[in-house]
Amino acid sequence: MSAGAPNACGCGEFTRSQLLHADAAEAGNGLPRIEEGMPVPAGTGMSRRSLLLKGAGLALSVYGAKLALPSLEEGIAAADPAGRVLVSIFLDGGLDVMSLLAPVGDPRYRKLRPTLAMKRSQTLPFSEDERLRWHPAARRLAKLHREGKVTVFPAMGYGGPDQSHFTSRHFYEIGEVEVGARTGWLGRYLDLAGTADNPMQGLSLEKALSPTLATSVNPVAALNSTGGFELSSPVVDPVQAELFRSFERMGELPSDSPGLRQLRDATAQTSKLRRELPSLEPGGSGGYPGHPMAARLRQLARYLGLGLPIRVATLTGAGGYDTHASQAGTLAGNIKATSDSIFAFQRDLERRGLADRVLIHVWSEFGRRPAENGSAGTDHGAAGIGLVIGSRASGRMAGEFPGLERLDRLENLRHTSDFRGLYCGLLEQWFGQDPAAIIPGAAGFRRPKVVR
Amino acid sequence: MGLVDAVRSLTRPAGKPRLTGPKPIDENGLAIAPVDAAGHDHLWWLDRMVRSDQQLVERMTLIFHDWFATLGPKVSMQRPMIEHSNLLRGGCFGSFLTLLTRVTADPAMLITLDGQKNRKGKPNENYAREMMELFSLGARRGYTENDVREMARALTGWTNEYSAALGAYDFHFDPKLHDKGRKTIFGRRGRWSWQDGPRLCVENPKHASFFVRKLWSYFVSTPPGPERESELISLYRRSKWKIRPVVEAILLGPEFYADSPMVKPPAVYLASMLRARGRGIDTTAWIRLSERAGQLLFAPPDVSGWNDARWLDTARMQARWEMVHEVIRPDIRGLPRPYPPDETPGEAIGKALRAWADPVPDQGELAELNEFAARTAALADGPGEPSSFRRLRQSGLQQLVGVGSGMVMM
Repeated sequence: MSAGAPNACGCGEFTRSQLLHADAAEAGNGLPRIEEGMPVPAGTGMSRRSLLLKGAGLALSVYGAKLALPSLEEGIAAADPAGRVLVSIFLDGGLDVMSLLAPVGDPRYRKLRPTLAMKRSQTLPFSEDERLRWHPAARRLAKLHREGKVTVFPAMGYGGPDQSHFTSRHFYEIGEVEVGARTGWLGRYLDLAGTADNPMQGLSLEKALSPTLATSVNPVAALNSTGGFELSSPVVDPVQAELFRSFERMGELPSDSPGLRQLRDATAQTSKLRRELPSLEPGGSGGYPGHPMAARLRQLARYLGLGLPIRVATLTGAGGYDTHASQAGTLAGNIKATSDSIFAFQRDLERRGLADRVLIHVWSEFGRRPAENGSAGTDHGAAGIGLVIGSRASGRMAGEFPGLERLDRLENLRHTSDFRGLYCGLLEQWFGQDPAAIIPGAAGFRRPKVVR
Repeated sequence: MGLVDAVRSLTRPAGKPRLTGPKPIDENGLAIAPVDAAGHDHLWWLDRMVRSDQQLVERMTLIFHDWFATLGPKVSMQRPMIEHSNLLRGGCFGSFLTLLTRVTADPAMLITLDGQKNRKGKPNENYAREMMELFSLGARRGYTENDVREMARALTGWTNEYSAALGAYDFHFDPKLHDKGRKTIFGRRGRWSWQDGPRLCVENPKHASFFVRKLWSYFVSTPPGPERESELISLYRRSKWKIRPVVEAILLGPEFYADSPMVKPPAVYLASMLRARGRGIDTTAWIRLSERAGQLLFAPPDVSGWNDARWLDTARMQARWEMVHEVIRPDIRGLPRPYPPDETPGEAIGKALRAWADPVPDQGELAELNEFAARTAALADGPGEPSSFRRLRQSGLQQLVGVGSGMVMM
């Protein structure tokens, strides 16, 4: 029986945290801080997983070598310090690209947008095309662009554009324009380049796993909280340790049906995340704006700072972009929150010395119709936005703005770059991965230069 | 009772539903406020799922809430959301055409898909598109982009009053706002009205197969075979688009009984756990936990409803674990002290399964429960320990079953 059993200390309520305190008190000299600049938490303060991560050997007596160490070391080893990370940010609902980069200099703009058109004086200059002007709420994005850190795709799309949110979004998620694939394009990348024991390699920092990350083989994870990943326990140690051990083993059970498989896989990945994800102590804003999206990005920066083995992360941009009615006000707020959050993240990465390892991809399922509707909003359109952001982004516009003079047969904006070409470019230039096995028909797409 | 009678007792409930058991309250013992307090609409429905004697009506209502997903956060008033669910409740076994027509004019749906902003000369396509794509035909089936635009014109005319005090109210059809011109929809030309819109969808040759496949998917995890599908399609057409006969045929079919386990949707999971324990709604904790588990009622993620093929990931599994812990909390607190020190592993597992109304763990899970029972019993080696360790063991077993076989519909 381990030293932590109830009677060894003469009490029946010896909890996990007491055990950790005891262990840390014995061996805690020189424990590193969880993160540079953070106060050492009260008491020993560090949660179990911070302890595991930074002071690895300490928890052995409590959780057993089999439970804690091997995969942890593998995990750390997998976090190649030079490893590159792609952050996929989805703007849900179909961002109106003609608001983000308003074609103020296009002669048809005012005609198509009688109530929504912005005045030139309200907008900010865009150096790569004088017809286009940044939305004032995207001021910080414009700043990053001036610094050469934003590659703009002003008319991203695909032939035969589908105007269903769900179908078009599905295409972007799976990386092809046929319905029905069960894996996302980044999930397929992780199936090829990832490992079988690291759910953190594909991390959705949102309510649920992004379909973009859906794999067929390798584990991935969703994390809904900005703190840690705890499971509460109805029992105390040492029964608690046995409970989590059994839960973990239930994840390894065979299953003969898709439903049970889903249950067992989620169990295994949940157990793994519980053991290995460090808790982040709250503290300060870190210079980020007060928006949930910003909190997620900050969380990601901190994880990357800790060296967690993350290869791909997904999150959802601030607010919704399906602006069928009265769009001006809500859209400005959402553009600002998204733009400010990304800016704070980029600056944070730069401060941490991580900026050369991280690239952000911003996408939306389509753009909106050039002609506004009768509700001071816009209906579903075709070509939309694509952005690649980061210190290593090429910073040069790819594909030109097609102009409003000649629209497609449904009076939508024509696309001048294909999202599958961008995906191929990201896989090749950022991950050094041959896209042939990931993007159907990869050979046929022109690659924009996205990485410098 | 034979199978046919058993199914009919579910599909043909008599009279109004009866709610038996304790009325829903919050943790302070106060009655819930479904229309006024945030999240209490969720509790209101969850309570019906737990206490109603017409269980399939509640399940069908949930199916149609997923099907005609209205978005509470956009509607931003709870009364129309609850009224919307009552509309689904009342129409869930009747004519699909009637249901679709009523939903088209329902305030919660009008707000969700901007139907009340769709005016003559200023069409808004939002509802027209989703009526075809999500509600009646399926993506890229049986309609064109031009049909979307023409359908939007047919559906013009709904509007409402607005005041700062009441918000949106008095939803009504105003003929002056309706586009009376000719429209061509699915190749049929006419001066189509807003009621013609849903009818044209249901009469579209692609509708019946969409309806049958979608309804089927809620009950059986693999699609129907071609013969079965065409049998159900003709049944549906013969009945003039009645829902009940198709549900009955699915529930009587062999596929329903031979099917492999399906992961329960979070609301079904939670309601089934509370029913198993005879516990009514007595805490608002279910609001936050349901949201985290991925299914806050009246707040589907978008108008396509929930993704029923993918309920589980690490974040949602974590929430389900916490749900189980919260569900068993009062019961495990109430386990006897001292606990019988000589309870065998078999007895302990039997007790834990009974507490969940006897789910059926597969062999591997049962073996792990046995392992857990044996390992925890072996930890006790001092005087007085067997009793306390067996009490802890029982709590642990109940948690494990809850996050294991308790999560699937066998």
